[in-house]
Amino acid sequence: MDNSAMDIDVLRIVCSVVLVAAFVFANATVMGYLERKLAGRFQRRLGPMEVGWHGILQMPVDGIKLLAKRMVVPQQAEGLVFRLAPVISLSPVLLPLIAIPFSPALQVVDMPAGLIFVLAIEAFGTIGVFLAGWSANNKYAMIGAMRSVAQNIAYEIPILLVALAVALKAGSFSLAEIVLSQAALWFVALQPFGFLIYLVAGLSECNRAPFDLPEAESELTAGYLTEYSGIGFSLFMIAEYTHMFTICCLATVLFLGGWHGPALPWPAYSSAIWFFMKAYGLMFVMVWVRWTFPRVRYDQLMKFAWKYLIPFALVNLLITALVVCI
Amino acid sequence: MTISAAESPHYRMHLNLGPQHPSTHGVLHLELEMYGEYVLGIETVLGYGHRMHEKTAERRSWQAFFANTPRIDYACGLPHGHCYALLLEEALQIEVPERALSLRIVSSELNRIASHLLWVGAFLLDLGAFTPILYCFDDREQAVDILEHMTGSRLTHPYMCAGGVTGDIDEETVLKIRAFIRRMRSRFSIYERLVTNNVIFVMRTRGIGVITPELARAYGATGPVLRASGVACDIRTVAPYGGYGRYTFDVPLGASGDCLDRYRVRMAEIRQSLAIIEQALDRLPGGPVRAAVPRKIAPPPGEYSSSVEGARGHVTYWAVSDGSEIPYRLKIRSACMGNLSLLPELCRGMLLADLIATLGSLDLVIPEIDR
Repeated sequence: MDNSAMDIDVLRIVCSVVLVAAFVFANATVMGYLERKLAGRFQRRLGPMEVGWHGILQMPVDGIKLLAKRMVVPQQAEGLVFRLAPVISLSPVLLPLIAIPFSPALQVVDMPAGLIFVLAIEAFGTIGVFLAGWSANNKYAMIGAMRSVAQNIAYEIPILLVALAVALKAGSFSLAEIVLSQAALWFVALQPFGFLIYLVAGLSECNRAPFDLPEAESELTAGYLTEYSGIGFSLFMIAEYTHMFTICCLATVLFLGGWHGPALPWPAYSSAIWFFMKAYGLMFVMVWVRWTFPRVRYDQLMKFAWKYLIPFALVNLLITALVVCI
Repeated sequence: MTISAAESPHYRMHLNLGPQHPSTHGVLHLELEMYGEYVLGIETVLGYGHRMHEKTAERRSWQAFFANTPRIDYACGLPHGHCYALLLEEALQIEVPERALSLRIVSSELNRIASHLLWVGAFLLDLGAFTPILYCFDDREQAVDILEHMTGSRLTHPYMCAGGVTGDIDEETVLKIRAFIRRMRSRFSIYERLVTNNVIFVMRTRGIGVITPELARAYGATGPVLRASGVACDIRTVAPYGGYGRYTFDVPLGASGDCLDRYRVRMAEIRQSLAIIEQALDRLPGGPVRAAVPRKIAPPPGEYSSSVEGARGHVTYWAVSDGSEIPYRLKIRSACMGNLSLLPELCRGMLLADLIATLGSLDLVIPEIDR
């Protein structure tokens, strides 16, 4: 490889890292605002209205406020781990974005095993949550951390199983190729149950209501977040919204045909626009669910995963395998 | 579940739930003995909201205590005032004008509706649903607006007084109340869709915190908690006071005594309260709203007591007069103490989330226990 090609490669990596990081913060800002506005709409109130036009600057202002606040580390806490946990929680949800094909051109790197990479990295997010809960040395935080681990083990499996079924159908683990194989028919039509299982397990994966047990505020005050303030808290919030986005992106790639969609007036951006519309549509559903349902109970959650989701996902995989074989 | 492993104190965890906790509604402190997520034992610590109401009564004139009554149970204060007024009227042999009786019932029932709506919202909040409370507050706001118009205050209504009520209502208020009844009746379908038929809500409440009629009686539970267990005990019907005997309404009963039944009973009670208010407005008599009462109240020596049905259960006032202008002793029996004392019995072996649901379903106002 000559020198200029390597330069371009390095430049590409630097650019993509900066862009991904910038996007993560932008996404958290937009989703935070949307979530509050939508919650307001569901609850027949206005939501943020004070800062900027219709409160549009509320999230940046909140972010600055949190940055300016001191991060209080409890005396009894395991200081180093306590400070590291938010970062450990954010990075695994941030990394998968480099493998997601937003459009044929807009993908940092198309790995041959992109699907496995995304799922494997994402599973690490739990470690951040667990470390946060454990290091805080607070009983509520500890219970939240334990719940988080149990819940993520239970819900990782159905996600893997339905993703495997899709990979079988597409004949590839590469995310770009999975999207390409859906040019004619989206996999949601072939795998409706897989899609439903993915959505439910995905909600649970990113600890969203009604599966927000690790931070169940009416039981555990705030679960693993109890002792966090300032930048630590905001990193966890950003991680949550990024996690939501990653889960929805993956759902779009696996089931909703990725960037495919009718041509728009701007052909150059058409595919990216379709992708983001689908991903944010799914995120809207997540917000909608959150503000409609009460929280499920811990044992109900586990029963639901082990008794229903995993068997159904297995049957789904088996049928897919049989169909592909024939 | 089996709690044999929990026998060993090594695996146990001591957890302080409250006094600062989102689900202890006020300042209840629960000391939990936990095994993982399971609650093995519970000890309630009370007294954080003690305001010495009963002692205050012994230092003030009989009349002055009316200011305390709505503050004892701040979510449903008018029945407390009603109860105290009944006690004084019995002691002083005062005949209350008909219009005042009707107004007392209208305001008490509005207060009951507001209290139940507050409870529905808070209960759903305990279960992790944030949206219903805003719908409940939307409706409660209408009731509170009317009460503000009638009584002059939004929460601690200074409305009841010896011999009647402090203010009359005009035709405009009557129309407002009728509009509220119409509106409230149309809102039940929203609650039905948002809460009653919500799969997760039913999953979280059915069969949780079952109180048998025997248990409820043994611990002196009253109000909707008792009625959800199927015991038809409502002072408004078993010992009608203040003209309640003239109204026709049902006493909603539950069958199994679980959290879902307590929710259903309270929702049904809102409907019954609306019916009572409607009847009262239909035959609202004219005349004064307050009987002539001596300026200085000094009941003859003796013991007096009165009971009413508050939103949470029985409210009983018992007073001893030594013939002076100051009560010798005033004792208040409110519902929440009896209802809360069920909790340690109910929670054994329960999951933490169920404990919160059960605690919420009892509709406790903790400062009412402490007084």
